[in-house]
Order: sequence, then structure tokens, then C-alpha cells
Amino acid sequence: MPALGPNPRLAVFKFASCDGCQLTLLDCEDELLTLTRRVEIADFREASSQVIEGPYDLTLVEGSVTTEEDRHRVQEIRAESRFLVTIGACATSGGIQALRNFADVEEFSRVVYASPQYIRTLATSTPIRDHVSVDLELRGCPISKHQLLETISAVLTRRTPDLPTDSVCIECKRRGNVCVLVARGATCLGPVTQAGCGAICPAFHRGCYGCFGPQGTPNVPPLTHRLHELGASRGELLRVFRTFNAAAPAFRQASESEERAKT
Amino acid sequence: MSPAPSDTAGVLERKDLGRLLEVLNGAGYRVVGPRVRDGAIVYDELRTEEDLPIGWRDRQEAGTYRLERSEDGRVFDFNVGPHSWKKYLFPPHHLLWSTRQEGNRLQVAPGPTLEDKPLAFLGVRACELAALQISDRVFQGGVVDPTYSQRRSSALIIAVECSTSAPTCFCPSMRTGPEVTQGFDLSLRELLSPWGHRFLVEAATDRGRALLRQLPLRAGTEEDQGDLGAQRARVRAGIQRSLPVDEAHDLLQENLEHPRWETVGRRCLACTNCTMACPTCFCSTTEEVPSLSGETSEHFRRWDSCFNLAFSQLHTISVRSSIASRYRQWLNHKLGTWWDQFGTSGCVGCGRCITWCPVGIDLTEELAALRAKAPSTPTTAQGAKA
Ligand code: SF4
Ligand code: SF4
Ligand code: SF4
Repeated sequence: MPALGPNPRLAVFKFASCDGCQLTLLDCEDELLTLTRRVEIADFREASSQVIEGPYDLTLVEGSVTTEEDRHRVQEIRAESRFLVTIGACATSGGIQALRNFADVEEFSRVVYASPQYIRTLATSTPIRDHVSVDLELRGCPISKHQLLETISAVLTRRTPDLPTDSVCIECKRRGNVCVLVARGATCLGPVTQAGCGAICPAFHRGCYGCFGPQGTPNVPPLTHRLHELGASRGELLRVFRTFNAAAPAFRQASESEERAKT
Repeated sequence: MSPAPSDTAGVLERKDLGRLLEVLNGAGYRVVGPRVRDGAIVYDELRTEEDLPIGWRDRQEAGTYRLERSEDGRVFDFNVGPHSWKKYLFPPHHLLWSTRQEGNRLQVAPGPTLEDKPLAFLGVRACELAALQISDRVFQGGVVDPTYSQRRSSALIIAVECSTSAPTCFCPSMRTGPEVTQGFDLSLRELLSPWGHRFLVEAATDRGRALLRQLPLRAGTEEDQGDLGAQRARVRAGIQRSLPVDEAHDLLQENLEHPRWETVGRRCLACTNCTMACPTCFCSTTEEVPSLSGETSEHFRRWDSCFNLAFSQLHTISVRSSIASRYRQWLNHKLGTWWDQFGTSGCVGCGRCITWCPVGIDLTEELAALRAKAPSTPTTAQGAKA
């Protein structure tokens, strides 16, 4: 991990995204003041129009690459950043907008926009890692506040942050939840999804829908097999794997195999 | 007027069960035990008798758990659920200590230790008594874990003998149940027959006897013993699964390259549910959570599992990257090398790992497959080795 100067500069940049992950930073109300004492917030347009030019010590990148300009801009940002952390499902897997990867983007443009001739967009939505080297990734839609603070604190003190690649189930069991899959037959992606959310959905009696993307060693086929046995239709499983991390390889393979079996 | 009970045993009528809760509360215990929550019978705080799962039954299969109503009003007509007592003795996420930097000094404050109230575990089954004794060896056999040992020594153990068995149970073959024989302060055996709905109560320690004295008991009768014998026979007859406890160690050691590991590795999700639900799995990791200012920090312990990729990470790589190798590690430790380490099997036959595995992987089936056929040709078991 690179050594940082006495007054490290933090920048936050946005690509194709909803801003929710950046908002997680603003949500750190109790820690925000401390943060401003530890780092100089150089570029964070969601919070301030005051902008300081790079280079930056720690850069948080939200959103996916969906346009030609994005492709260039992300290169420039990388060149200006010592430590680059991507935040959220969009930046780490392409986000919900990666649904276009499974369809014809021109057709989408024609349906959605009144004047599609003004739309210039790429055929795919891709994670930042596909374009530049990334030092760390924070999963989630949105990211976890705890993991964000842990990461910032780790970068500031030059240690490796604690970002487990375990499944959601371990958080679910630690929390004492009753498993909705076993006790109700509900569709839950917890076993193949990465921890970090604290198993919020099962705690509210619903299945995990995979917003933290695939866990460290996702083994999806036996889970989909079991969910079919429990009554989930191909269409339902196609939909649950095609949400915020639709283009993450393990989830993409799962939805494609449901699609093939359906037709 | 019924004959008087002895000072170690007697019979409590069903209508007087509430008295037990009152006596425990009165003696200053925090009573925890079974209660219905979110479609399962979990362990949680109990205040009155109504908190118990009266008239509820569970239906368990590999990968399936369902609750249903029963008509006869039995109080303990179910088997073990998703929780185990380990959550009280070895909390899932627990502050070990916190530190504060003051000038050049580091102040260390210990995490929370004893609760103000001792715990009373109400409803500990035979397999769970065995699990507690295994955990005793793990947590206080060598280096003593202070959190565990403080809670364990103050906890009052009220056992309940199983009056029913689940298809996932296999305690007889593990020699851990279903009869409750030792390891408790007080025990209850629920009987329901034309002779009445009542509990045979037995005290095995001074603490148990002190409680027993405060309960309205009558002496036991021949009918009570008859009902108990019939109930025990029924419970044993209902148990379908078994595991060769004495053979397991060598069987596993001799079959480290068996192709079955690959087969189960293809089914296993590496989700950790089996190890989380298991009453004896004890692995943990620690986490340091410094404040952003860097002036204070908290050091936690949290449950970890050998099914996690990072669990076997040495420096930067995981030495058990394949799921097959993690399943093999788990079963080998649980049923095999646990003997070398703690002089006992790590499994008590409670069946939780079978029920709570989302894909219903069954360790008794896996062991049977190893036993059925030794590998015909030597295999490299690529994945299992990795
Ligand atoms: S509810 Fe979902 S996340 Fe929780 S243990 Fe069950 S499968 Fe895993
Ligand atoms: S290994 Fe399974 S059956 Fe054995 S004690 Fe653990 S959870 Fe119970
Ligand atoms: S055996 Fe079952 S519960 Fe255990 S890790 Fe594998 S899939 Fe999960």
C-alpha cells in the first residue's frame, strides 16, 4: 500500500450510477467532521462545488462505464490517483444498467428516448476494473457505511481493510435469523452472495437478492437446482440474477442458463 | 394426597410448570430457552410459561424445516432448531477489548464479561448436553477462554429429555442421546398419557436441589415409569439416521483422495450454514475496528468457518481454494482429527447441519458413501487437494 502524505487528498468521481453510494459517505454523519480533519476533500461534487485539481491520494469511483467519454475520463482519473477504490454494484460489476449487455442497446434507445439520434452510448455497461487497474472494490447497492469507513481508515493507516468475501449466510446466522430458504422455501441468494450488508433482507423475512454480488467462491448451480425444487420458476430465477449485479460472471452465467432452459 | 417426593426427584403437574419459571426468575436467573419466532423454534429470553412453544411441532428433513400446530398441548414436542446454546457461551460477535491512545500511552479496557444475571438454559436436550461437554474441552481444556468459562460456570442447566425425534437426528449412534443421563442441574421429562400431563423432575446438583425444593411435586408412580419407558422406546424407534462414530477417524484418514469429495464439492455452496448451526463448531476470527480519528479502537471476535475462502488464507493465498477441499476439511476435523485434538468426536448427532444446509447435504450420507466403496483407482482429487 502506498504511503500517504500528511494531508491526504480525497476525491469522489461518478460514472453511470444513481449517486446512492456517494451518499453513503455523506451519511457518515458522526464521522464526517473527523474525516475532514484527516483528509482534504479535494473533489466531491455531491457535497461541494469547490474543486481542487489532482493528483489525489484516495479516489472513490462510483458508477460504470457506459460511454466513450467515460472510457477516457476513467483513464485520466486513474492517472491522477494513488489509491483507487471503486464503490458499489455499478462500479464493480456494471450495475443494473448492465441489463443492456443482454439486449440491443439501440432498440432500448429507440423505445426510451424521443430523439434517439442524440444518444451516444456504448453497447455495454462495464465495471471500472475492465478499464483501469483498481486497488480495492467495495460491493453493494448501496455500499455499506461500515465497509466504507473501514476502507478509508485502512488506507489512511496503510493496512489491509477487513472486507470478507464470505457468504451472506454467515452474517445471517451470526445475527440469529431464521433461514428463509430452509424454513419457508423462499428464494434467497444469500449462499452465493458476498457478505457486507449484515443480512438485512433475511432479517426482514425476505430472500437476499444479491446486491453485494457473488461471494468469494460462488457455486450457483446447486442453489438454482434447489430453488427449482422448492418451486421457483425459471423466469423468477432469471429475474433475481438480473438485478444490480447482472453482469458479474457467476450471476450472468446463472441467468443465461435459466434463459437457455426456458426457451 | 399423593406420597411425598424425594429431595432429588418428583413429579410436576403440567398446570404447575409456570411455577418453575417463577422460581427461576425469583432466584435471579435470566432464563433462556425455546420460543417460536419467524417460523422456527429459536432460543431466546423466556419470561413466563406462555413464552414456550406450547402446542407447536417441527418437521425437519435435509434442507427443510417447518413448524406446525399440534393438538395435544405438549410443551416440548419438538427437536433442536436453528440456534444452539453456543450463542450464549461463545457469542457470534463479541467485543474482546478496546484501546484508547492517551499521549504516549495505550489504555486497554476489557470487553463486557459477566452479565449481572446468571443464565438459566431451559430445555437443553441430551445431544446438547454432550455438545456443552465437548465445548468445555475446546474452550477450557487447555487455554481457558474467559468469556466462555465465566458464562458456563454460572449457567444453570435445565435439561429436557426428547419426547419425539426428527428424521435428521442420529444421537444414538453417537452415544449422546436421546435419553438425558448427566450433565444437568435439573432435568424434565414430559409425559402425556391417560395418566395425565406431567413432568418427571430430577435434580443432580445442589443448585438443582435448591430449585427442586421450591416446586410443588408429588412422588413418582409405576404409571410414570411405564409411560417413560414407552416414550423412550418410541423416540428411539423414530430415529432413522446413524453414523459409525468409532470408525469415522480411520475411515476419513484412509479416504482423503476419495472421489466422493469432488462429488460433494460440486453440491456444496460453501455458505457456512452447517458450521454456524453446529453446536460444537468453534472457529472464530478477530477484527480490529479503529475509529477514523485513530485515537480509539475496538477488537472483536466473530464466528468464522472453514467453508470460507479466506479462512485458510496464508499470507496472500488460500490453501483450500476448492470447495471440495473445504468440505473434506470440515468433515475430517469434525469426525476424525477432533479425536486427536480433544479425545472425542466433534459431532453429537443433532442433525442441525443436515436441516439447515440450504441444499440438504447430509454428513451421514457422505460418510456412508466413503464406507460403501473405497476408491477403485487412486485419484489425484485435484480440487480436493488444492
Ligand atoms: S436466509 Fe438466505 S442468507 Fe440467511 S442463511 Fe438462509 S439462505 Fe443464507
Ligand atoms: S456436525 Fe451436524 S449433526 Fe454433528 S453436532 Fe454438528 S450440526 Fe449436529
Ligand atoms: S454443507 Fe451445506 S450448509 Fe455446509 S457449506 Fe456446504 S452447502 Fe453450506
